[in-house]
Amino acid sequence: MTRYVISRVLQGLIAIFGALLIVFVAQRLSGDPVALMLPMDASEADFAAMREALGLDRPLLIQFAIFLGNALTGDFGQSYQWNAPAMQLLLDRLPATLELAMAGLLFAVLLAVPLGVFSAVHRGSWMDRSAKVFAMLGQAIPGFWIGLLLILFIAVELQWLPAYGRGTLAHLVLPAVALGWYPVAAMTRTLRSSMLDVLESDYIRMERAIGLPERTIVWRYALRNAAVPLVTMVGVYFANMLGGAFVIEVVFAWPGVGRTVVDAVFARDFPVVQAGVMLSAVVFVVVNLLVDLSYGFIDPRIRRG
Amino acid sequence: MAEALIPRAFVARLWARVFRRNRVSSGFPFVASGVLGLVLICALFGPWIAPYRATAISLADAMTPPAWMEGGSASHLLGTDNLGRDILSRIIAGARVSTTVAFYAIVLSGLIGAGLGMAAGYFGGVVDAVISRVIDTQMAVPSIPLAMLFAAVLPPGEAMVIFIIVLSYWTWYARIVRGEVMSLRERDFIALAKVAGVGTPTIFVRHLAPNLLNTLLVLATLQFGSVIVFEAGLSFLGLGIQPPQVSWGGMLSDGRNFIEVAWWLITIPGIAIMAACLASNLLGDWLRDTFDPLRRQVW
Amino acid sequence: MLRVRDLKTHLYLKRGVVKAVDGVSFDLASGETLGLIGESGSGKTMTGLSLLGLPPKPAGRIVAGSIELDGRELVGLDEDVLAREVRGRQIAMISQDPMTSLNPVFTVGEQVAAPIRAHGMAFERSAMDLAVDELDRVRVPSAARRAGDYPHQFSGGMRQRVVAAMAIACRPRLLIADEPTSALDVTIQVQFMDLIEQIQTDTGAGILFITHDLGVAASLCHRIAVMYAGRIVETANVDKLYSSPLHPYTQGLLDSVPILGRRQKRLRSIAGNPPDPLSLPGGCAFHPRCPHASEICRKEAPPSVSVEGGNVACWLVADSGA
Repeated sequence: MTRYVISRVLQGLIAIFGALLIVFVAQRLSGDPVALMLPMDASEADFAAMREALGLDRPLLIQFAIFLGNALTGDFGQSYQWNAPAMQLLLDRLPATLELAMAGLLFAVLLAVPLGVFSAVHRGSWMDRSAKVFAMLGQAIPGFWIGLLLILFIAVELQWLPAYGRGTLAHLVLPAVALGWYPVAAMTRTLRSSMLDVLESDYIRMERAIGLPERTIVWRYALRNAAVPLVTMVGVYFANMLGGAFVIEVVFAWPGVGRTVVDAVFARDFPVVQAGVMLSAVVFVVVNLLVDLSYGFIDPRIRRG
Repeated sequence: MAEALIPRAFVARLWARVFRRNRVSSGFPFVASGVLGLVLICALFGPWIAPYRATAISLADAMTPPAWMEGGSASHLLGTDNLGRDILSRIIAGARVSTTVAFYAIVLSGLIGAGLGMAAGYFGGVVDAVISRVIDTQMAVPSIPLAMLFAAVLPPGEAMVIFIIVLSYWTWYARIVRGEVMSLRERDFIALAKVAGVGTPTIFVRHLAPNLLNTLLVLATLQFGSVIVFEAGLSFLGLGIQPPQVSWGGMLSDGRNFIEVAWWLITIPGIAIMAACLASNLLGDWLRDTFDPLRRQVW
Repeated sequence: MLRVRDLKTHLYLKRGVVKAVDGVSFDLASGETLGLIGESGSGKTMTGLSLLGLPPKPAGRIVAGSIELDGRELVGLDEDVLAREVRGRQIAMISQDPMTSLNPVFTVGEQVAAPIRAHGMAFERSAMDLAVDELDRVRVPSAARRAGDYPHQFSGGMRQRVVAAMAIACRPRLLIADEPTSALDVTIQVQFMDLIEQIQTDTGAGILFITHDLGVAASLCHRIAVMYAGRIVETANVDKLYSSPLHPYTQGLLDSVPILGRRQKRLRSIAGNPPDPLSLPGGCAFHPRCPHASEICRKEAPPSVSVEGGNVACWLVADSGA
């Protein structure tokens, strides 16, 4: 177990290093950062001074080392737009994104679990077939378009819920549905298929043979087995959402990490973009690591494996 | 060239799957193939089919609703936008852009991914370790933030969109092809070819590639829909296809400003995206089930 | 105690109807062990599942017949009555493969306690305490400690004991053991069969022992019923059946395997193959493979006639007017 944890942590570190490398390379691709920071009429001497101040006159490898050193302390430079530390800027927006991600995931799980279980138990019924159509549509319709439709019908036509911004619980509903839209479909499909496998297994037959109530068998004994692949999915989606629900946040003007990074891209506010990419990479690695480790609690076979 | 890469036997086999005893086999997704065919026709012949130029502005006709609505006009079947541009023509033009992007993205990510996957699976050892590590790293960086990063530093447009898609999608091919090659490698005909002294490049082209065609075709078909959605998302954010080029995602972004007055501006492009993606998913699922009947059907 | 009459369970598949159990009748008394013997596909497992009211869904259905347990008719009972009052409570089953019969994500203690809880059998002591007692009864060493372990931490033989503990936890009147030893090593098999005998002595349950292994059946069972193509072709006391089998199929079976203590000239396999379950031969289903088949065997299925110590369904016996 300890060895497994160590190797998974190492893998995560390598992945984060890889992300840092990509960010660094992208930074060099961006051309001369000094040109962006100085006024148009700056002199050649100003440029040289600025380069020296930023360490841009030193060998690439040294620059990378400096970049790494700064990155480890969370320092990705000052935001040009906001004149504040880039990472701090994003961390300030993280609670809004976390709120949205949790709501989206909650919506997805609350809908996907009953749908997946019912359609497996009542395989071939009209409910199973409608769940199938729903899942096919769910995987083909982009969440941001669902977001636009929700705004059109629920917010504009019916005026039931607010369309933009963050604040009350009512503000959270539409973006959460749009964000959870795709995961619902994917999770329903996965849960249905793993549930079908489990329901055909010998141990479920044994549990029927000793007279356990069907409800207990399905929701307790079968679901805990079938949920194992679902946990991975929940982790992956949560990690993705937490790194910023970019398009959904833009659609609903949600003041989170994603929208801030998109704004920064338009403003060529490169430190914020870098920080955003690194934030999502780190979140992704950490959440997936936690999910892997949490397997032990769901599936005892892995605990000592 | 095409003959060498796509053996006639493969085409014949595919044909036989679609048509059994001179009849189209049951379960073949007609509608999906029809929709995809329509998208392809729009992509290839769009400029000749479309009733107007996609960028032709006619302020007098601005905000005409679709023909079946009150105030609609038969000359603009799907209505017009705020500048009086014909929606139908723009949807057709958008199909061309989406298909072009998807085509290059799929071919490039397929070639890179399959190439690296084949190398990793065939050679194993250090080659496999390095490539697998790169795949893991790539997969640990979520693709949308990565897209943000490169959107911030590269000039926007088709080439950048293709680059970003290839960057996030090649791992898909690489992982699956690597697994397939690892199992193929153990099979007799590869071993025999090696014993017979057949060179490695020949084994790759002659023996490995043809056996991977099924998998690649399924992946490419499924990826088509996924790429269209991805590109639409980027273009919606304004980071993908840039005006005056027309894209479905860009149309949604434009229409968003008029959501309270012109519902058709955000519904119609969305329906186009959904139809293309759904069709490619359905066809891809069918191909997977047909070629690989042993794999459990999810639904 | 158990009285099964003319039981028919059919499987409705896309390709046709399989008459998996096609008119099975037998009796089983308390404390008795009845061996149900046959080749795979003969319908013996399906008979066991039918007794529990659990033919495989959605294809399987009990179409006719009667299952009476202590005078109570079970066929046609409501699904939840069956679950609440019959399964696990009056009839329980030990299934074939111990490796897959236990739920991997629950402790064995929880799994043995589950039927005790479901049937409300825990009064003065907790279900978990009773479960530990049961594990102890099936001789799982240091049961109290091991109740908190998961199935993957047990060996195959130990897992089968846990399955047995689940089955007997509520003291069922009838225990169905479906090839409980076929997945175990020989030495473990012997231990497990001792255990089953012990359980019978302790609980007085009737046991329906399903197996294809004539040797195992001989050592454990009081009576044997031989199944072929969904029907019972011969029932007899164990000594009688092994010394003077009446049905040609039973004779063929006994000639095809070595059995300890039975004098055999040499081993011979039965000619031909088991029939296609989708299209059984008319008349006696065994006639294409039977060395004594005559005209009537092809035309009409033989009735089951009583002979000394049992029943036989064969024209050879029926005609001789026994």
